[in-house]
Amino acid sequence: MSNFLGSRARVLPSSAVGLLVALFATCAATLPAGAAGGNVALVAYSTPKPAFAALISAFAKTSSGTGVSFSQSYGPSGTQATDVASGLPADVVNFSLSSDMDKVVKAGLVSPSWDSGPTKGMVTDSIVSFVVRKGNPKHITSWADLVKSGVKVITPNPFSSGSAKWNLMAAYGAQLAQGKSQTAATSYLSDLFKHVVAQPSSASNALQTFLSGQGDVLLDYEDDALYAQRQGEPISIVTPPQTILIENPIAVTTKAADPAAAKAFVAFLLTPAGQKIWGQQGYRPVLASVAKQFSFPKPEKLFTIESLGGWTKVNGSFFDPETGKVAKIEAGLGVSTSSG
Amino acid sequence: MPRRIRRMAARLAGPGLAVTYLSLLVLLPLAAVLSSAFSSGPGAFWQAVSQPEAVAALRLTLLCSLAVAAVNSVLGLVIAWMLVRDDFPGIKVVGALIDLPFALPTIVAGLTLLSLYGPNSPFGVNVAGTPAGILLALAFVTLPFAVRSVQPVLAELDRETEEAAATLGASPAGVVRRVVLPSIAPALLAGAGLAFARAVGEFGSVVLISGNLPFHTEVASSWIYSLSQSGDLSAAAAVSVVLVLIALFVLVGIGLVRRRFGVAESV
Repeated sequence: MSNFLGSRARVLPSSAVGLLVALFATCAATLPAGAAGGNVALVAYSTPKPAFAALISAFAKTSSGTGVSFSQSYGPSGTQATDVASGLPADVVNFSLSSDMDKVVKAGLVSPSWDSGPTKGMVTDSIVSFVVRKGNPKHITSWADLVKSGVKVITPNPFSSGSAKWNLMAAYGAQLAQGKSQTAATSYLSDLFKHVVAQPSSASNALQTFLSGQGDVLLDYEDDALYAQRQGEPISIVTPPQTILIENPIAVTTKAADPAAAKAFVAFLLTPAGQKIWGQQGYRPVLASVAKQFSFPKPEKLFTIESLGGWTKVNGSFFDPETGKVAKIEAGLGVSTSSG
Repeated sequence: MPRRIRRMAARLAGPGLAVTYLSLLVLLPLAAVLSSAFSSGPGAFWQAVSQPEAVAALRLTLLCSLAVAAVNSVLGLVIAWMLVRDDFPGIKVVGALIDLPFALPTIVAGLTLLSLYGPNSPFGVNVAGTPAGILLALAFVTLPFAVRSVQPVLAELDRETEEAAATLGASPAGVVRRVVLPSIAPALLAGAGLAFARAVGEFGSVVLISGNLPFHTEVASSWIYSLSQSGDLSAAAAVSVVLVLIALFVLVGIGLVRRRFGVAESV
């Protein structure tokens, strides 16, 4: 008896540990596990979150979607791809750029033929737009206007944000589309960076920064800008005369717990009904028949990332943090403008 | 016999548990960061940490963290003094509010600071996109360390010694300098060290208000985030190692100064 009492104090720490373990186990249990029967784990980049909310509720009303439950994860495209490649459970993946899909393909989690379908693996299109203050007080209409004296530009940090990469390739490609040389296009990027007053870490941080009153122009996805406008933010959207066509890939993973449900969901996203919802949410439908029902502004020249060499090449030559063109431009500006 | 074994096991359980827990939570992750930092060889490590953008970010982080640790030590002491010595209605509420910066998700803190002290500031104070914005965010998240580490020591302080010093002719400033400060100095330094270490690694609350402009307002944690997002994990780990070393250096330095105070006290 006295032995029992004497050892009680010693028992306490171990019961505390037991409690901790139980707590951790409870936390783990609420994570999306490979649940049985009709669950789809969707892992996507940040911006389509509101669109997926509408699409998932519409899918639930279809015959193949009845009873299918969803666990959803949204975050920066690159982070999500890395997380899935290193083990985050995912049945359907949706990224902002195809090079993020490549990471998952390399990990053997998505079939290399993911881009062989009628829409080449893409579920939505968008473009890079200029977001300006309501009424466009600085009369921003072209890329040249961004580098006029006194104009302040916000674009996310290209090394942490996929959105920033689209923005900068739009800026670069727009110069080529105007007949300029590659050297002239690179020097435009350098001029543009002199006007960049903030490089937030993600597209959503960039929008927050712009909405807080900083800057005259925000480079942003058109769909993201339209969403902000629907939320009542005091902004105007300017479609640049030349801009890049953004294409967002989607795929079912090879490890899908319920492949039938996952495939049915992706198929629904690509039906005219699904594409119409994407359109209402500000994305350009990838089905021409549905795109016709919407009146998205048509830039004079719309080019693709393929016309600039494709993401693999562009990531190396522009966005390598040590040797890329963009890193060199930033280093050049940093050394010449920061005094200490 | 079984009782002795049981007692021995019980005696070992405490330290064993502590070491295991510490290893799992602190030593193992730090070792992993270190091994990742050198995974491409010492040449790649040096290249990653000597890159101009990395150097600029590390310098900015170090300077801002030192400044914030210093400012918060002084103002944290003033606040702790008020909480311990003053008595006014609502002081308990103020005391409870001190810890809230810890509870607020840092990204929310960043958004809130941006709306209060950004271009649309209701007070006309705009520090967005400047190092002052970084200082503000860091001061906000580290204040609890500064207050909470000196507060209990102040509360325990023997007021009779102060009164004795005063009756012996010491001026109020002299009492503070000769009696109060030496007793609270170790706690004050500990708080400064914690605040510094936290500031060095802070990310969420800073990125929004800083503008994150490379070479100007980009802090080290943000540059590390960019590197990791670009898939350059060993460079990200390399810069992190430098960050940890800076924190370690300052914490050890503070420890040495504290020991000196301890010695002075006992003499």
